Amino acid sequence: MTTTLPAPAPRDDGPAARPGVTKGIRPTWTGRLRVRAVKALPPDKLLPDTQPAYVASWIYVFGALTLAAFAVVVLSGAVIALKGPAWWHVSSIGLFFNSMHLWSTELFFFFMVVHLWGKFFMAAWRGRRRATWVTGVLAFAASIATAFTGYLSQQNFDSEWISTQAKDGINATGAGAFWNVLNFGQMLMWHIVLLPAVVGLFIGVHVLLVRRRGVVPPFADDRAGGPAAAAASVAGPGVGQGAPAAGLFEEHTPSSRETAQ
Amino acid sequence: MSPRRFKPDRDVTEWTGPVARYDLAKEVTISFVVVLLLVIAFAAIFSSPDDHPVTLKSWATAMPVDFVQTAVTELDGTSPTATYGPPYNETPGAGQKIGPVSLARLAGVHIPINTTEDFVIKPLLTLPNAPALDSQVSRYESAGVAQRTSWDAAYEKAIAAASFPGYLKVPSGRYGPVGVMMTNLLAMARSGALDGALLSSPQLYGTDYTKPLLFIADGSYMSDLAANLHLQGDQWGMMNETGNFPGQAWLWLYTMWYQVPPFNTSSSGDALVWAVMMLLTLVLILVPFIPGLRSIPRWVRIYRLIWRRHYRSVTTEAT
Repeated sequence: MTTTLPAPAPRDDGPAARPGVTKGIRPTWTGRLRVRAVKALPPDKLLPDTQPAYVASWIYVFGALTLAAFAVVVLSGAVIALKGPAWWHVSSIGLFFNSMHLWSTELFFFFMVVHLWGKFFMAAWRGRRRATWVTGVLAFAASIATAFTGYLSQQNFDSEWISTQAKDGINATGAGAFWNVLNFGQMLMWHIVLLPAVVGLFIGVHVLLVRRRGVVPPFADDRAGGPAAAAASVAGPGVGQGAPAAGLFEEHTPSSRETAQ
Repeated sequence: MSPRRFKPDRDVTEWTGPVARYDLAKEVTISFVVVLLLVIAFAAIFSSPDDHPVTLKSWATAMPVDFVQTAVTELDGTSPTATYGPPYNETPGAGQKIGPVSLARLAGVHIPINTTEDFVIKPLLTLPNAPALDSQVSRYESAGVAQRTSWDAAYEKAIAAASFPGYLKVPSGRYGPVGVMMTNLLAMARSGALDGALLSSPQLYGTDYTKPLLFIADGSYMSDLAANLHLQGDQWGMMNETGNFPGQAWLWLYTMWYQVPPFNTSSSGDALVWAVMMLLTLVLILVPFIPGLRSIPRWVRIYRLIWRRHYRSVTTEAT
């Protein structure tokens, strides 16, 4: 049964009531959070149906492919989790899902590395996008640790050989005292709970930052014949492409809000 | 306040030009379907590797003499695990260093292992109805250090000439109770009982394989198998896996250091490799903040290829 509550009595909050906060309701944590979230990521930014015209290369697909591979990694791992870590050794269906887990991981890393190199060569950290780069690299590093613990959790020759070899490196850092690669139970927990959560968190923040900041624009290249080219040519010898004199670039200088990160 | 100077490797002029139709949901959906189909195809065609693990039982069955030769080094405290140092035990001078610092020693012993007790004596004492063995173990434990060392040395010398024609045939010598202890330990291993006895958990459900794995790794059986499978450290083993599979290809840089000096010759090679990799990872994270490094994309101009349509259109407009 649905109970209809009476509408709250209108309260005069005055004309200065904050946009996005329900009129007549004293601001709540939830309301403030919603206001901030919508301000940072309005729906047309979060789920855009247009992109700048320069976004026209296959390299841009690799971000989405990485996400897709991550989804398949998680789903195939979840299927294996349904029956437990030993299932795939004794079941052909289990072996198939383990194979899916393996190959989606291989593709995940392939797509991610291509994506990373693409973003490097675009200098995609420009224009308040440094946090986007940092979270992407952290996701990459956390993914390596996740995959590594996956290899340790296979319960076969690979896992025992890799663990007995890797222990020396981990122990040399001092971390082996707390993070024992020979302890199957510990590594399995890290592989299926802790590290995927870390990877998912970094990927989530990374994607939201991409949506918030947008795709990095191209360099203002002098050979393109654009304003930067004109600036560079006016500046004369010694001012190379991409490095025009500061004064000539004032009209393009981002506001302090745009550049401060 | 004057605006910050524009730096092309840090700042951008945000785009105010034309936009194009873009369907994010469609791109993500199609990507997922394509990747899923690819994964299903790879899984169906190539499957995944699953070689049986080495157990103490399989090792003791395949190479009984090697097992006993290793076991006696666990007993006399000269095996790689017995002399490893932190985090397993206190061994003077053990523990890799970066310069003067040993992070392993700073962290200390957190997984204490005494191979004499944990790998030999305690497992032997779990064998039921073996009063003769128990008395020999008591004799060994109550003997002085010099006596034990003498027995251990005599047995090590004898086992070097041992064979296994269906039973452990060791030349006679003055090795006291060690012979009986080793014969029983071998029988225990060949029956599979030692695998269970070395599990670290006092509970029924054990998940910590530290002790059996360290014992197995001290022998040469698993190492020989790995060498045949091209998995040794000097065979780029850390990134390989059994069979013709890509393995952890993303560890290529980490593995590469193990192939070159000084990393492959230093007694602290692991610590040095990790130090280098941590430094390089930090550099990768901080690329946007490092002058010079963050300029590389602008210098190498590969972005011209990525944004070729954009630059072509801008050039066309300019002319």
